Amino acid sequence: MASTSKKKPRDRRAWFQAASALAMNAWLPGWLKGRIFQGNIKGVCVPALNCYSCPSALGACPVGALQTSFGGLRFNLSVGQKKFGLYVIGLLGVVGAAVGRLPCGWICPFGYFQELVHKIPSPKLRMPSFFSYFRYVFLAVFVVALPLLVVDEFGFGQTWFCKWICPAGTLEAGLPLVALNSGLRALVGFMYYWKVALLVLFLVAMVLIRRPFCRAVCPLGAILGLFNKASLFRMAVDDEKCVRCDECLKDCPVGIRIYESADTPDCIRCLKCVSSCKYGAVSYSFLKKREVAEDLRAAA
Amino acid sequence: MKRKLPWIMLVLFGGLMAAGLLLGEYKVVLEKAVMVCLDCIGIG
Repeated sequence: MASTSKKKPRDRRAWFQAASALAMNAWLPGWLKGRIFQGNIKGVCVPALNCYSCPSALGACPVGALQTSFGGLRFNLSVGQKKFGLYVIGLLGVVGAAVGRLPCGWICPFGYFQELVHKIPSPKLRMPSFFSYFRYVFLAVFVVALPLLVVDEFGFGQTWFCKWICPAGTLEAGLPLVALNSGLRALVGFMYYWKVALLVLFLVAMVLIRRPFCRAVCPLGAILGLFNKASLFRMAVDDEKCVRCDECLKDCPVGIRIYESADTPDCIRCLKCVSSCKYGAVSYSFLKKREVAEDLRAAA
Repeated sequence: MKRKLPWIMLVLFGGLMAAGLLLGEYKVVLEKAVMVCLDCIGIG
């Protein structure tokens, strides 16, 4: 059992999120030079939404890499190159099959950012649950269909989600690079202002609503969430212990009732519900080993 | 079957990832990632 002075699990998660954000963005000279990291490890996709044009990013964003793969598919096929995006699809599948959407709750810098912004005091709103279906629309249309179908004369598609939607790109790359690089500043036009306006809109939503981007827009969350019901990491609720007091809902960063569906695609597996449940009804398992997480409950 | 499904998926997707790496897709991602993505920053 944990002592009462032990740090609360939510604090541990926050530290983990901060450390992960820093680890993914550890090339700090980029912020001084206004240039991005160009080392050979940049081709490694991180299982989180972290723009590869962030000045300090060490890895590649899987959503951007996926769009690039789909956007180049028709050209590659026309010239006989066998490049189908298997590396990115396979990597996301491996992460999803192992832990489902757990990276959203523990390592995604943009998810962490949304949780921090949501701490700003304000009236808080609930997002209607049907909004969660929109992220599949963004995935199907902006990440898959448009890059594949709308191509230039050479057969190249664009990264539509990055270009028109992604507020993480604007926050992590657009604002700092334009501020630091005078050459890029000279190219600013309508698209830039559109993306900044969209970022402002999301920022307002983040203050009012818990993780709105993750729940309604994020294509990576949509992909990893599909694995929640069949991954090695699983959540479970003991119906005999659960009294439906909704303490878990109060703490949940994505506003779900875990007892309605323990492995719902909306769950980011932050484990706050495990710590907030006074009755020990919520548990998780990995590789068949079930953990009620005594220390988590004791600390909550 | 339900218990085996995650392992089957791990092997399947691990195989896809390995195939992608063998086909040189790491280089495709790397080439994109080391260039400033003008689309991402709203200048594309």
